Amino acid sequence: MKIIVSIKQVPDTSGKVAVNPDGTLNRASMQTITNPDDMNALEAALKIKDETGCKVIVITMGPPPAASMLREALAMGADEAVLVSGREFGGSDTYATSQILAAAVQKIGVDPDDIVICGRQAIDGDTAQVGPQMAEKLRLPQVTYAAQIHKDGNEITVQRMLEDGYMTVKVKTPCLLTCIKELNKPRYMSIGGIYSAYEKPLVTFDYEALKDSPLIDPSTIGLKGSPTNIFKSFTPPQKGEGIMLEGNGKETCEKLASILVEKHII
Amino acid sequence: MDFHLSREHELIRKMMADFTENEVKPIAAETDKTGAYPRENIEKLFDLGVMGICVPKEYGGAGADPLASAICIEELSKQCASTGDIVATHNGLCCDPILTHGTEEQKKKYLPMLTTGRKVGAFCLTEPNAGSDASKGQTEAKLVGDHYVMNGSKIFITNGYVADVFVVFAMTDKSKGTRGISAFIVESSFPGFSVGKHEEKMGLHGSPTAEIVFTDCIVPKENMLGKEGKGFGIAMQTLDGGRIGIAAQALGIAEGALNEAKEYTKGRVQFGRPIAAFQNTQFTLADMELGCQAGKLLTYRAAVMKGNGERYTKEAAEAKLFCSEHAMKTTTKALQMFGGYGYTKDYPMERMMRDAKITEIYEGTSEVQRIVISANMGLR
Repeated sequence: MKIIVSIKQVPDTSGKVAVNPDGTLNRASMQTITNPDDMNALEAALKIKDETGCKVIVITMGPPPAASMLREALAMGADEAVLVSGREFGGSDTYATSQILAAAVQKIGVDPDDIVICGRQAIDGDTAQVGPQMAEKLRLPQVTYAAQIHKDGNEITVQRMLEDGYMTVKVKTPCLLTCIKELNKPRYMSIGGIYSAYEKPLVTFDYEALKDSPLIDPSTIGLKGSPTNIFKSFTPPQKGEGIMLEGNGKETCEKLASILVEKHII
Repeated sequence: MDFHLSREHELIRKMMADFTENEVKPIAAETDKTGAYPRENIEKLFDLGVMGICVPKEYGGAGADPLASAICIEELSKQCASTGDIVATHNGLCCDPILTHGTEEQKKKYLPMLTTGRKVGAFCLTEPNAGSDASKGQTEAKLVGDHYVMNGSKIFITNGYVADVFVVFAMTDKSKGTRGISAFIVESSFPGFSVGKHEEKMGLHGSPTAEIVFTDCIVPKENMLGKEGKGFGIAMQTLDGGRIGIAAQALGIAEGALNEAKEYTKGRVQFGRPIAAFQNTQFTLADMELGCQAGKLLTYRAAVMKGNGERYTKEAAEAKLFCSEHAMKTTTKALQMFGGYGYTKDYPMERMMRDAKITEIYEGTSEVQRIVISANMGLR
C-alpha cells in the first residue's frame, strides 16, 4: 500500500507578489512555501503511515527549485519524491497541470489499495480544480474537502466539511481525497528526518518521460496549450482604515446614514 | 573557507524558526510571568530530536553535530532564552560528557534515557563557596564496598527540579586538590538525593534552577564517569562545549532583540517620521547587526571546530564572551529604542534584557572567559 501526495510550491502571501510580462507569477523572485492545504494532505498521509507503515510518495510539478520543498516533505517523513519538471510544462493552467500530474501518478502506479491525497486548493490560484481533475483523468473516485479521514482496510470514511454542515462518505481504495486545514496540524521536520532527507530517492519526470502517456494531449499543455490564459495578475491595493461608529442605536444610525449620503451611496 | 551552512543545517534552522514562531513565542511572556517550566514544548523538542541532538543514532539521538545544536539553541533563544537554556544544559552539559567520557555500558544505559526516554539532564559543579574557583568544591564521595556515599550540596543547578540524570563532581580524595575530583552520573531516584531551594532569579524564569543536596547519597561504583581523579578535567572540557551553547543562546537573545527593535522603530512615529528614519537609530541598529554577525561567526567557528574534533577551548570562550556581552548591549539599546514602552511588561524588551544578563555569568563569567582566552595566547 502507498499514498501519493500531490503538493505545490506557492508564493508566500505574506510577501509582495511579482508578475511576469505574460501575466503569470514570477515565482523565481518570490519567497516560497509549501501550499498550506497540501501540508495537511501530507500530514494525513504521514498519520496513515504511522499507523500502517505504508509508503508515502510526494509529487509536485514545478521548476527545479521545487526540489527543496520535496526535501522538506522527505524530512517530515515521506519516503520518496517525484519532481515533474520541464520547460514544456511551464505556464500550464489547471486543465494542463492535472493531465501532467495524472500521467505522473499513473507512471508511479496506482495499486488497488493506494490513495492519492491533495490539498483542497493552492493559495496562489484558489481554483480547487487540480485534485478533482486528476481524479477524473485517473478514473478514481474522489472525495473533496476532507476534514476527517478514517482508514479501515480498503474502506475509507471521510467527513467532508461543507458550507452548512458535514457529510460523511465511505469510499473504497484506490481513491483521491482533497484535504482542508481543519483535518490536522502538520508536523515539523524532525532532526533525524532532516539528516535522512537527502539520502531518500528524488526522481525527476521530464517531458520525455511523460509525453507518450495516454493521459496527456501534448497540444493542451504548457502556456500555449492551456485553454485558459491569465490576463492580468496584481496585488490589490490595501483598503483604507475603516470607521468604527459608537453610541446609542439611533444616533449611530443617523451618523452612518449621513456618511453614506455624503459619499453618494444612498 | 565556506561561510554557507550545509543544506541540513539550513533545514534545521528553518524548522526551528517555525517551531519557535508557532510554539515558543506564544507562551514566552507567560512562561516568564509564571515561572512555569515549559514542559509541553520540551516534550515536543524530544519528539523532534532536538533534546540530545548530538547523541549518535545507536543511542537514540539524531546523530547531529555541535553546529546543529547551536542553531537550535539560537533559534529558540530568539523568543525564549529559558527554553534555549534548558536545551543547552541538557545537550551540552549532560549528554555531551556522558557521550565523551562514558563507558559503553554508561552510554547504553543513559543516552537512550536522555533521548527516546525523555529524561532531562543536568550538571552539578557549582557550590556555595566554589563558583569561578570550581576546584574548591566540598562535596565528597567515599567508596564504601560496591558504591560511593556522596555528601554535600550544589547550587544554581539548571534543570535542577525537573531533571532525572545529573553529572555530578565530587571529591574522592581531598588531599589531592583538583586531582582528587571525580565525576559521577547520579539519578534523582538514588537514595539520599534531594532537591533543595528553588532559586528565584532576575531572568530565565522558565528555566528551573535549584539547589541539589546529597545526604549519604548512594551512587553505584559503576556510575563514576571517566577515571577517578579526572573529574576536574572532565568539568573543564564539558564547560568548553557548554560555552558554545551559551554563546548560541546569547546570540539568539541579541538577534531576537534586534528583530523587535527593527520592527518597532519602523512603526513608531515621533517628530513626524518613523524613528528608524533617524540616523541615530540606524547607526545603533547597524552596531547591533554587526555584533550579531560577528558573534555568529565566532559561535559557528567554535561549534565546527568541536565537531571536527579540534581543540576549541579558546574559540568557545571567545564566542561566549563576545555573544554574552553583545546580548547585554543589544537588549539594553533595543529597550532604549522602545522608550517607556520598553520598560513595561507589555513588550518583551525588559524580559530579554533580564535574560541576557545571566549569559555574562554562568558557565564561566566574562572574567573567567578572559582568563581562558589570555591563558591560550602564549603570554607565559
